[in-house]
Amino acid sequence: MLPHPYLIQRVHQETSDTFTLEIVPADGSDGLTFMPGQFNMLYVFGVGEVPISISGDPGHPHTIVHTTRAVGTVTKAMRQMRKGDVIGIRGPFGTQWPVDKITGSDVVITAGGIGLAPLRPAIYQILNHRERYGKVVLLYGTRSPGDILFRRELEIWRSRFDLEVYITVDRAVGDWKGNVGVITTLIPRAPFDPHKAVALICGPEIMMRYSVKEFQKRGMSYDSMYVSMERNMKCAIGFCGHCQYGHRFICKDGPVFRYDVIDDLFTKREV
Amino acid sequence: MENLESLLEQHPFVKGLRKEHVRLLSGCTANARFDEGKFIFRENQVAEHFYILREGKVALEIYAPDRGPIVIDTLGADDILGWSWLIPPYHWKFDARVIEGTRALVLDGKCLRKKCEDDHDLGYELLKRFASIVEQRLEATRIQLLDIYGITS
Amino acid sequence: MYSLEEHAIGQMISSLKRQDYTVIGPTVQHGVIVYDEIHSLKDLPAGYTDDQKPGHYRLSHSDKPFKFQFNSSPHAWKKFLRPSVTRLWHAELGTAGFEFAEEKKEPPRFAFLGVRPCDLQAIRILDNVLLNGNFTEEGYKARREKLFIIVVNCTEPGGTCFCSSMGTGPRAVKDFDLAITEIPDIKHHRFMVEIGSEQGETLIRGIQHGKALPADVEKVDKLFGSAVRKMGRSVKTGGIAELLKKNFEHRRWEEVGNRCLSCTNCTMVCPTCFCTTIEDTTDLSGKSAERWRKWDSCFTLDFSYIHGGSVRSSVMARYRQWLVHKFSAWKDQFGTLGCVGCGRCITWCPVGIDITEELRYLREEDHETPSIKKPAKGKNNGKS
Repeated sequence: MLPHPYLIQRVHQETSDTFTLEIVPADGSDGLTFMPGQFNMLYVFGVGEVPISISGDPGHPHTIVHTTRAVGTVTKAMRQMRKGDVIGIRGPFGTQWPVDKITGSDVVITAGGIGLAPLRPAIYQILNHRERYGKVVLLYGTRSPGDILFRRELEIWRSRFDLEVYITVDRAVGDWKGNVGVITTLIPRAPFDPHKAVALICGPEIMMRYSVKEFQKRGMSYDSMYVSMERNMKCAIGFCGHCQYGHRFICKDGPVFRYDVIDDLFTKREV
Repeated sequence: MENLESLLEQHPFVKGLRKEHVRLLSGCTANARFDEGKFIFRENQVAEHFYILREGKVALEIYAPDRGPIVIDTLGADDILGWSWLIPPYHWKFDARVIEGTRALVLDGKCLRKKCEDDHDLGYELLKRFASIVEQRLEATRIQLLDIYGITS
Repeated sequence: MYSLEEHAIGQMISSLKRQDYTVIGPTVQHGVIVYDEIHSLKDLPAGYTDDQKPGHYRLSHSDKPFKFQFNSSPHAWKKFLRPSVTRLWHAELGTAGFEFAEEKKEPPRFAFLGVRPCDLQAIRILDNVLLNGNFTEEGYKARREKLFIIVVNCTEPGGTCFCSSMGTGPRAVKDFDLAITEIPDIKHHRFMVEIGSEQGETLIRGIQHGKALPADVEKVDKLFGSAVRKMGRSVKTGGIAELLKKNFEHRRWEEVGNRCLSCTNCTMVCPTCFCTTIEDTTDLSGKSAERWRKWDSCFTLDFSYIHGGSVRSSVMARYRQWLVHKFSAWKDQFGTLGCVGCGRCITWCPVGIDITEELRYLREEDHETPSIKKPAKGKNNGKS
């Protein structure tokens, strides 16, 4: 599979270590259709290729948006790219947040740190069809106020009457007047009905593990929780073997999993 | 006028207590309101009460001379605030500052301590509940300390 | 069934070469029987036998003319179907972006002479992995489509073989063009051959052949029977996928992890291991880039690396990943077990780890907690 050339429209810094790329197909075609939760393989010419979740609106796929941290050679090179530069895209790959299947339910979107990026397309899709869902709650935790992603959007969402947004930070800095505490503390009090709610959870594995426990304490069963997993990926099409998680390939059986399906592995070490 | 006993009974903290224990508790309970910006208690003050928050938001803070007040936890409706009244030397370890106008049930800890000495059953029931709260806070604090969002080196 | 004299095998090789096949067969190099291009009968390892044990491989030579009296090679046929280093594409940085050039070179037409039944199953398994999913590996497909397979059945098991318990040998029954069985009769050295396809039929018609004698057919059947009986190792495969899932945290993994060097030999010689890595390179000018695919192994530390560290950082976890994949996860992924019983991993492990022994241990100590020892089977016989 060859990477398709895309042009960078915009690169902007979100927080100290996170940035967003907005890209369009270089040949002027319509761009790729994707489902929320899916990812692309992004190729920087001569440097390498990495998997990054798509974080834009599935309803407007002409511009593809990716939000990522600059942590390795490839992402650091990506951070230096400018409008008009070419980047290679293979995708979209992977399973999706089940936004179509959970109509009628309350939805609790639980994001930790950069985990808000792969969940954002699900939020867009839900808000685009808001009438199909019950209560919608967004719980978001980061390390500090400076690490809050998509601030402007969060403020807009918070001002809606049909969406509850709760944000917490691990440590307060400066004049932060909001919640302080780890994200799991938001779950016991979040306004949703555990008998008809679905949780979409994304963030570091520890955060997902403890969030699952908190949702369980509120009376939700494992089959109403979804998580997004991450492993080393090279080919994204099931041939290189790197992304195996038990017998599942994260690239094709994931990254989104219904929690009951992977519960037996989730608590084991070095899987 | 709201019936304090019925307000207490509604709270999960009180669930499972025998009728006479609930009555004992309500005898030590009063209603209170705290305005935004006020301190409910301050570090080193004698701890003689605890609070069942009904409405509003309270920040637990430590004051650092070079950095000013640092918020370490935020509590809201239905949270229990304060356990230092139960454990010697009965002094508050942190400041509790009101962020959003708060209404709470205030329980007289000093009075309760005496009642617990007289009635060990009551004492055991209260300690069981507080142990659970302390455990939840400790677990949350440990995860907070991990800095799970950071880039591990 | 037909009968071939020894020289007919030579005719077979010539005939294939005339049809522009690159004939790959066993041949001796550096004291090992490898798979490489062969040109005539004399390239075959006549008179050689191999002595294989855990961590041990030796060839010995005699004057006997027999060509196939050895078992597995450190090479697997995947070497030719999916080369260890392959360029996937190269690209130039142009003004409007990058221009890709997919590899257009035609892959050679291979004829494999000497595919053991276990290795044939390995090819079937790789077909399932690389051709039957949502995506197809084009390079593998191109080589596989043109492949001419001549199986050589086994009449003697190797020192580390266990094909009969894996249901993969010592005899192949389908999916080949031709299947040869050598009759190691010093008075009359000959071969039985079964036709498996039209192309196989055509090839046989073009060389000297005779009808197989019923006595020979019976003789060969007896040889297969004795091969099965002589097989030195076995694996009880009933419920093995579940067994490994249940014992994921068994203390035996720690124990084998202490012995394993994570040298990756087992994955390199295994005929079904398919893990690869992708490398992106560029030249000094930065205007020209290439993508290469190389064999990889789940035993390396950075195989499972994600930001911050490797998920499987201990050797124990990596060994467990490999064995559990081969005998459990593979079943969920592809419907069959991933092991064919060729024994290569046992022979080529420098510390002689024997997977049949590891699996036997797990089965015997299924679900036992570390502190409980199984009572010795004595007069009580399990009764308390």
